[in-house]
Amino acid sequence: MRFKFLTLYAVAFMIFLYLPVLFLPLFSFNDSTIVAFPLKGFTLQWYENLLTETTMHQAFFNSMQVGWSTAIISTLLGICAARAVTRYNFFAKKSITAFVMLPLVLPEIIVAISLLVVILWLGFNLSLFSVMLGHILMTVPFSTAVLISSFEGFDKSLEEASMDLGEGPFMTFLRVTLPMVAPGIISSLLITFTISLDEFIVAFFLTGTEPTLPIYIWGQLRFIAKLPNVVALGSILLFSSFLLLCIAEFVRRRAQRRTGIEGSIL
Amino acid sequence: MSASSAGGLSLFFRRDGVRGFMLMSPAFIFALLLLAIPIGVIITFSFWTQSYLDIDTTLTLSNYREVWEKPIYGVLLTRSLIVAGTVTFVTVIFAYPLAYYVAFHVHQRKALWIFLITIPFWTSYLLRIFAWKLILGYNGVVNTSLMEIGLITEPLSFILYNVNAVVLTLSHAWMPFAILPIYVSLQKIDRSYLEAATDLGDGPIRRFLRVTLPLSLPGVLAAMVVVFIPTIGDYVTPKLVGGTDGLMIANMIQVQFGKANNWPLGAALAVTTMVTVTLVATAFVFFAKWLGGRAR
Repeated sequence: MRFKFLTLYAVAFMIFLYLPVLFLPLFSFNDSTIVAFPLKGFTLQWYENLLTETTMHQAFFNSMQVGWSTAIISTLLGICAARAVTRYNFFAKKSITAFVMLPLVLPEIIVAISLLVVILWLGFNLSLFSVMLGHILMTVPFSTAVLISSFEGFDKSLEEASMDLGEGPFMTFLRVTLPMVAPGIISSLLITFTISLDEFIVAFFLTGTEPTLPIYIWGQLRFIAKLPNVVALGSILLFSSFLLLCIAEFVRRRAQRRTGIEGSIL
Repeated sequence: MSASSAGGLSLFFRRDGVRGFMLMSPAFIFALLLLAIPIGVIITFSFWTQSYLDIDTTLTLSNYREVWEKPIYGVLLTRSLIVAGTVTFVTVIFAYPLAYYVAFHVHQRKALWIFLITIPFWTSYLLRIFAWKLILGYNGVVNTSLMEIGLITEPLSFILYNVNAVVLTLSHAWMPFAILPIYVSLQKIDRSYLEAATDLGDGPIRRFLRVTLPLSLPGVLAAMVVVFIPTIGDYVTPKLVGGTDGLMIANMIQVQFGKANNWPLGAALAVTTMVTVTLVATAFVFFAKWLGGRAR
């Protein structure tokens, strides 16, 4: 009885979790300029409109540029940090690790305004570069967490075996460690890219004249006539995030089965 | 001489402690440059003053006096605390049963459940708020549906642009984040404790209250902290669904750094918020630990 009640609760909960977001794709195909019930009919017009929105295309390219640079740099930083955390003991390890993970729990507005003040105060201009810096700061904790779980799992004796067989530390890392943690690296790249693609608060403060996609969406929300287009764009964005995360999870899981490593994204 | 010092140097770099530190340093230095120093600058700024475009670098407490004396800031800060507190409470209450369900009643595909729970958290935050605006709005899903089935004759205006809408939207947004720590702590519980409790005559409810709940408190606490801290600094949700009565302290900070262009005052507000959040979170953790200690 209790078991059934909990199952019911879990199902209701999942519906509540997903339902609001699912209205976006639903309305994106609705043949009406007003985003509301009842649904009028099926149309692809809003998606077609996006094809001619050149400012949106520019925003898309900006987001891509910020996204992939963020993903690569924060994953590189994450690899080093995760390696340090899982293999070595060093001075003030706990505090340093906690400090690197700090942006995870800091209110984003604090991160955003402090970066903003420093960048402007030093006389630099706001640009996509400053957005990227902010995004790296925010995503390093995530890439580190993902990579720690893949570094933690694999057997240290494999590395020792390689060293015993005459490989140096660098070649051992390249030929033994790297292939083993490659799935972690891929999933870190995908996750950090997704976070950067969707991130709004920090980008809002640090962006200059070139908007990223969420900033573009924010700007469009003011125009009621543009609402269906925004809904269509939002649906595309949701779908791509969903797809990227599924790939990340798939890669990680397949690797887990191969190496016997347990663990989750967080 | 040089050979031996080079040898010494290479030995130094081969020591585990040094290696670990070197590997950690890129991420650490990055966070130091882009987080610690900027926050230091913000704190410094909060003691300066600004007239038009000139920054006066004489140290003064006048910004803090203004924050303290003008009621608007107190109102916003209190509201932010209340909203964040409510969101935290609501989130944990609703997240706990689900975490419990996945930890104890899902036997296969646990990872899939956790993945499905976390996915919404990774998708665009702005879009999730936007979705709520579509649902709760004047011409939104709720109003148009209710009118369609004839329950109401004109749109309800009280569901959007107020504090309740902010609480609802934020709770929905942070729910996945709260489930994870609770789930982890429930998952860690040694199942033999539960068997022992049953063998010693505890019914399911007593067993839950005396064994499961106390052992999962660290997770609950972690969930509360990770929800409370970010929500208090949120400004997008209040701005999009909060109306004027739902604005929070972060909106004021944003105004000071944007339209009002008074950075030192904005900095003082940011520092006040940070200090308040830290004090509340610390007090809360100590209180919970004390409570936990008494219960045992």
